[in-house]
Amino acid sequence: MAAGAGWRMGAGERGRRGAETLFRGLLFCVLGCGFCWGNSVERKIYIPLNKTAPCVRLLNATHQIGCQSSMNGDTGVIHVVEKAQDLKWVLTDGPHPPYMVLLDGELFTRELMLQLKGSSRISGLAVAISKPSPAQGFSPGLKCPNDGFGVYSNDYGPQYAHCNWTAWNPLGNGLAYEDFNFPIFLLEDANETQVIKQCYQDHNLPQNGSVPEYPLCAMQLFAHMHAVTNTVTCMRRSSLQTAFSLNPEEVCDALSDYNVWSTLKPINTSSKINPLDEVIIVATRIDSHSFFWNVAPGAESAVASFVTHLAAAEALHKVPDVQMLPRNIMFTFFQGETFDYIGSSRMVYDMKMDKFPIRLDNIHSFLELSQVALRNSSVLWVHTDPVSRRNDSIQPQVETLVEALINSSVGANVTLQEVGQSQPLPPSSFQRFLRAKSIPGVVLADHRTSFQNRYYQSMYDTAENILMKYPEGLSPEETLDYVTDTAKSLAEVATVVARALYQLAGGTGNTSAIQADPRTVSRMLYGFLIKTNNSWFQSIIKQDLKGLLGDELPQHYIAVTTLVNTTQLVQYVLANLTGTVVNFTKEECLNPEKTPNPEKEMYVYTWVQGSRDPNSTSRVPFCVQSTVHLTKAASPAFELKQWGSTEYSTWTESRWKDIRARIFLIASKELESTLEAIAEADI
Amino acid sequence: MTLAVFFGCSFIAFGPALGLCLFSVVREPLRVIILVAGKAIEGLVALSEDGCSPISIQQMAYVAGLGFGLMSGAFSMINLLADALGPGTVGIHGDSQLYFLTSAFMTMVMIFLHTFWGILFFHGCETQRWWEMVAVIFTHLIVSGLTFWNPLYLGSLIPSYLLMFATAAWAYVLSGGCTQNLLRSLQGQQSETSPQPGS
Repeated sequence: MAAGAGWRMGAGERGRRGAETLFRGLLFCVLGCGFCWGNSVERKIYIPLNKTAPCVRLLNATHQIGCQSSMNGDTGVIHVVEKAQDLKWVLTDGPHPPYMVLLDGELFTRELMLQLKGSSRISGLAVAISKPSPAQGFSPGLKCPNDGFGVYSNDYGPQYAHCNWTAWNPLGNGLAYEDFNFPIFLLEDANETQVIKQCYQDHNLPQNGSVPEYPLCAMQLFAHMHAVTNTVTCMRRSSLQTAFSLNPEEVCDALSDYNVWSTLKPINTSSKINPLDEVIIVATRIDSHSFFWNVAPGAESAVASFVTHLAAAEALHKVPDVQMLPRNIMFTFFQGETFDYIGSSRMVYDMKMDKFPIRLDNIHSFLELSQVALRNSSVLWVHTDPVSRRNDSIQPQVETLVEALINSSVGANVTLQEVGQSQPLPPSSFQRFLRAKSIPGVVLADHRTSFQNRYYQSMYDTAENILMKYPEGLSPEETLDYVTDTAKSLAEVATVVARALYQLAGGTGNTSAIQADPRTVSRMLYGFLIKTNNSWFQSIIKQDLKGLLGDELPQHYIAVTTLVNTTQLVQYVLANLTGTVVNFTKEECLNPEKTPNPEKEMYVYTWVQGSRDPNSTSRVPFCVQSTVHLTKAASPAFELKQWGSTEYSTWTESRWKDIRARIFLIASKELESTLEAIAEADI
Repeated sequence: MTLAVFFGCSFIAFGPALGLCLFSVVREPLRVIILVAGKAIEGLVALSEDGCSPISIQQMAYVAGLGFGLMSGAFSMINLLADALGPGTVGIHGDSQLYFLTSAFMTMVMIFLHTFWGILFFHGCETQRWWEMVAVIFTHLIVSGLTFWNPLYLGSLIPSYLLMFATAAWAYVLSGGCTQNLLRSLQGQQSETSPQPGS
């Protein structure tokens, strides 16, 4: 072979090879991209269900609750259950088990669920949210919430323990505290539910009494949970992984977040306050729960209470002489109270261990706002603890408290009435403080015995539940500023609370000027129940927190990630309502320790982005000086590594990898066998 | 749609082609190289002792065509087979239930067609008959165009198979085959005029 010819051929060859490689490379990229961007064959087969909420597994010291699916999801033929008789097909008659039941929200009851739980012909359940809410009420919580973690036990008021006196939540069916071995999903979008029902009607309905034929419409739910048994087991496994593995696979996380608190008169948080100083604590909870993960609108059980609390704090800060009051007032927002009082038990623990600036001995009295939005004929009930009132030093202080409240209600559309003196306290954060020390205190609620709330800790505890009604045709901005009747009613309660607190703190002036602003209450209710992404919330948050505000309905579940949206928003709203605007530059505001001034240690400075000018697109940020602080709300059981504790909350949430749902058609076994036969013939 | 469909469709699509591979390519290492690397002829010539290509041009055409066919079959079928492993089957949006089956048959016919087109195209290049090359391109376009008849699968599969048999016959004749040899091979006797390596 001539070298010259070979060399020339080589050059041409190289050029051709280069072009070919380039062409192949391009082809590969195009095909590869096509693969990644939505496989069209997959879209021919599956319809993903996007607007769903799963039921996940939670664990405590002794039990696991919630739902579990198989590792690769559970599949079943869809059957729509719209009335109780439809269940018979699923449980006994249907020829193609296992079934995936699509349940109407009205039928989601304890009796039906226990029937499904006992059957092996069910591979999963999808519940279509009922609109409007079920008329008879629905609560998946317990009849006796937080039983065993309050103050009443065999040693303290045994006749009141375990709701012997009154079941606080009589509609509670305890479903959220049952353990299911199949996945349960909530279908939040009525359009998706209609797509599933259409698929069912097209393929799964028996024709003229005969068996429905393949292909059948099926659903697959993925919700495999990694944790099992109880918190002790899952925390032990997680700690072994963390200690010994290079790539630890933890299986569960403790439910934890932060409590928000603020004082009327600023205190130095790096040291303890004077032992002779007296503080009045005002408390509300800011979280809720439901059967499904991260679905917790909590309108009556949490939001209305903390919104009232925020309005009372704002009203008090406007009074000119509050800095001269003899006693201080601490506004506390507890996170995690739904799960055996995580926030309040941690604060009491910190106070006992001297890790908190205020000690238990500094507490003069305690005022808690429980559920206050559904007052019957404007009556607000005052609950006290009968056991501590037997103490001769506590009784007169409680009477002073109640008197101050009744005096403050004169002129307002609120009638305060005491419940019977032998009636115990409802589930409240105050009970955790009583466990540690007898303190005079009251809990204000709209119910005398059992709850007025018929949707306690359920997905139906929404703005409609507290009767928030807006007229038709309003823009989002107009809706934000519209004052509802609910807002007016809660503002009245806030006014009464603010006036009573002023008197209790030693104020001697006229209280008739202390008024909570219904417009602020209405804006807060809109922001925490309908849409967090509104102009007011946008103006009071920091600049780099754009992801905090969303357009979907706000949920108030504690979760395992730190600082959920609710906690942060309560912090910013409290800072805005109780703080003052100071003339600092951004540098000074973000680094207050640089400018020497002893006053600065008592305050917290936040640089907020401010409101947008109507003409321009830029915002005018400013510095807010407030006394709002965050403290950890994680159960002491995890600090002390007592995972089986009966003293403190031990709730954990399982970890998972993949949660999704989809529907598709499944073919008959006969078709598959035919395919196999053809294939074998081919070979 | 489970393992049964996955294996069923893979065997339908690749079975015959892999069978061809097994019987005619795998035993000869040189043919394996051409199957995988197509244009390795210069390298093979450089490596050979007498400077001649160790493999005949017809064999190269056949093996290269088979290689291209398997590649194209893999590209069209792999993504379907991955979805066939899942629990669902095509049909929820109204498409035909036979999607996987017909795709497998279409892939099989495409693999065979690529093999025969390889033979025809090489022959056309070697003997300077441009109309053979045009015929290859033209039939390629026809078969691709036939898929527009889907989901009327009879309209796309039957003409494709007929075209495949016609191309097969043409390629057989161009490779030096005749009906007598065909009958003898069907009766199990060895052919007298099998192509020698190096010719």
